[in-house]
Amino acid sequence: MNRIIKIILLDILKSKIVLAYTFILAILSWSSFALEDNSAKGILTILNVILFTVPLVSILFATIYLYNSSEFIELLLSQPIKRRKIWISLFLGLSISMIIAFFVGAGIPLLVNSPDSVGIIMLLNGCLITVIFTALAFLSSILTRDKAKGIGIAIMTWLFFALLFDGLVLFLLFQFQDYPIENAMVGITAFSPIDLARIQILLHLDVSAMMGYTGAIFKDFFGTSTGLIVSFLLLSLWAIIPFFISLRKFNNKDL
Amino acid sequence: MKYLVAFLFLSFSLHATTIHVGKKYTVKSVKKGIALAKVGDTVIVHGGLYREGNISIKKKIVFLGKNLPILDGQKKHEVLSIYADSVVVDGFKIIKSAYATITDPCGIKVYNRNHVIIQNNVLDDNFFGIYLQNCQSCTIKNNYLRAYGKEEQQLGNGIHCWKSNDILIIANRIDGHRDGIYFEFVYDSLIWRNISVNNIRYGLHFMFSHSDTYITNVFKKNGAGVAVMYTKNVKMFNNYFEENWGDSAYGLLLKDISDSYIFNNRFARNTSGIYMEGTSRIKVEKNIFESNGWGMKIQASCMDNEIVNNNYLKNTFDISTNGSLVLNSFNSNYWDKYEGYDLDKNGIGDVPYHPLSLFAVLTEKTPSAMLLYRSFMITLLDKSEKVLPSITPDNFIDKTPLMKSLPL
Repeated sequence: MNRIIKIILLDILKSKIVLAYTFILAILSWSSFALEDNSAKGILTILNVILFTVPLVSILFATIYLYNSSEFIELLLSQPIKRRKIWISLFLGLSISMIIAFFVGAGIPLLVNSPDSVGIIMLLNGCLITVIFTALAFLSSILTRDKAKGIGIAIMTWLFFALLFDGLVLFLLFQFQDYPIENAMVGITAFSPIDLARIQILLHLDVSAMMGYTGAIFKDFFGTSTGLIVSFLLLSLWAIIPFFISLRKFNNKDL
Repeated sequence: MKYLVAFLFLSFSLHATTIHVGKKYTVKSVKKGIALAKVGDTVIVHGGLYREGNISIKKKIVFLGKNLPILDGQKKHEVLSIYADSVVVDGFKIIKSAYATITDPCGIKVYNRNHVIIQNNVLDDNFFGIYLQNCQSCTIKNNYLRAYGKEEQQLGNGIHCWKSNDILIIANRIDGHRDGIYFEFVYDSLIWRNISVNNIRYGLHFMFSHSDTYITNVFKKNGAGVAVMYTKNVKMFNNYFEENWGDSAYGLLLKDISDSYIFNNRFARNTSGIYMEGTSRIKVEKNIFESNGWGMKIQASCMDNEIVNNNYLKNTFDISTNGSLVLNSFNSNYWDKYEGYDLDKNGIGDVPYHPLSLFAVLTEKTPSAMLLYRSFMITLLDKSEKVLPSITPDNFIDKTPLMKSLPL
């Protein structure tokens, strides 16, 4: 298994797209930190990168990579290796390489310029988001054999979590604003990994505003150590469940 | 005439005697020492524990503590009551006054007198700390007041002044009382270099107290920050308002304040830096608003306020309001969220700035929308609102935003 991971890892790290991704992240992060004398703007830039760019690149790159390496996968399948092993190695190889790209590009400037709880929470969430959207890519690419369709599903997934979901939440908020919906809202965020990550970062970044009444409800849940553990567990579930569904499909699929 | 005055002065001071109270001295009791003293005498109390119930001073004496003698009220009495003009109380440790809600027993209470000086005392675990009732020209200086209650009703105020004027409150430290400093009907007074922290309710609280000045004080981590109400001619310079956290906690709450000047203060890490309601003709100049949830909340009931030359840095929301009526001006401030340009390089942005974000208005109406803050969709909505204001009032505007933060 380790050998397959190694082959995939090296293959991906050598690819120009991942290099360009790393490079763009690095330029964006370093320049936004250097732009202002306070680190607030740099952190906001990286926050947008985590919530927007990282999911998009992770899910698209992983989907396309899986389709492009279908021949390589078939070749591996002809060897005496378990299907399960191949799929897990592919997942680990892709996730690790994307995490490395994110860490080198955005993580290092983040840790250099903001070496506090905000920086660490952002870094952790960035890595988790990378893994989650790689897992979602595995799911979308196994759902259909057609490459165009698969990429379409991937883009739709990203669009849903990055934009549409918040729109739905906003709609619900205004429809039910006369009711005490704060606790229900906390529950609803569990349905979007991007929202979970965003709220975790928010609680560290905008701590003063979060001490207000509604903020306090969220802080009571997410701000405590149990809340933190629960939300990290939920994020992990977001990575594990899509991947295991895809794994089961891959095991039974007629390639 | 001059010689006569000098002679009279000398003869008075020659007559004044010093009475020592302490274990090693003939006078063992504080009460007896005070009883023996004549007008103008000095009573020196030496270190030790004195449990004598209520001690009242009814003549003009200097009441000095040496090596911090402890006057203990044993939770049954008001410790020190002053019923004479020009008394000096210096260097005592006053502990455990009684608790009662009708008589408000205190560590030190001055009744209807003037020119009293209370300095260098430590007040520990009292109900009210120092209470000036209907006093003039008194000084409270260098005292350290501390209380330990957990709930508002168990606690009194640190320094409480009622119906007084020309009071000086200098360099005191108040920790854990209900209100750190409380003023009601106090005029022409100065509060300078005090530190008021961890109080259950307000760090500083005043009502109907006109023409007072607050300089270089620190108000930090108080339950509800600082609240000032129904007052005119307030001056606040160089104060620190920090870490007042909670939904109804404000760095500085201004309610029905008029004709006042707030200059060069620092509001950092509060849920709301300044909250204004029914406030008019105030000038807020050269203050720093940093890392607050809301830099300023200006309700629509405020008018003719001038907010000029302030720095707004790292706040979640710089400004929010509850209506669409804007009767205040916000010119020449530095906003770190400003994204305009300066073609003629004169340091003033060429594009006016709308400090009120759409999302600040949304959360004002629906507080739970806070959950969506910094989401990409909200950022998108905010950006479009900045270009074409439709929900936010379009005259809520800084016409001359600064490109660089002011060196404050």
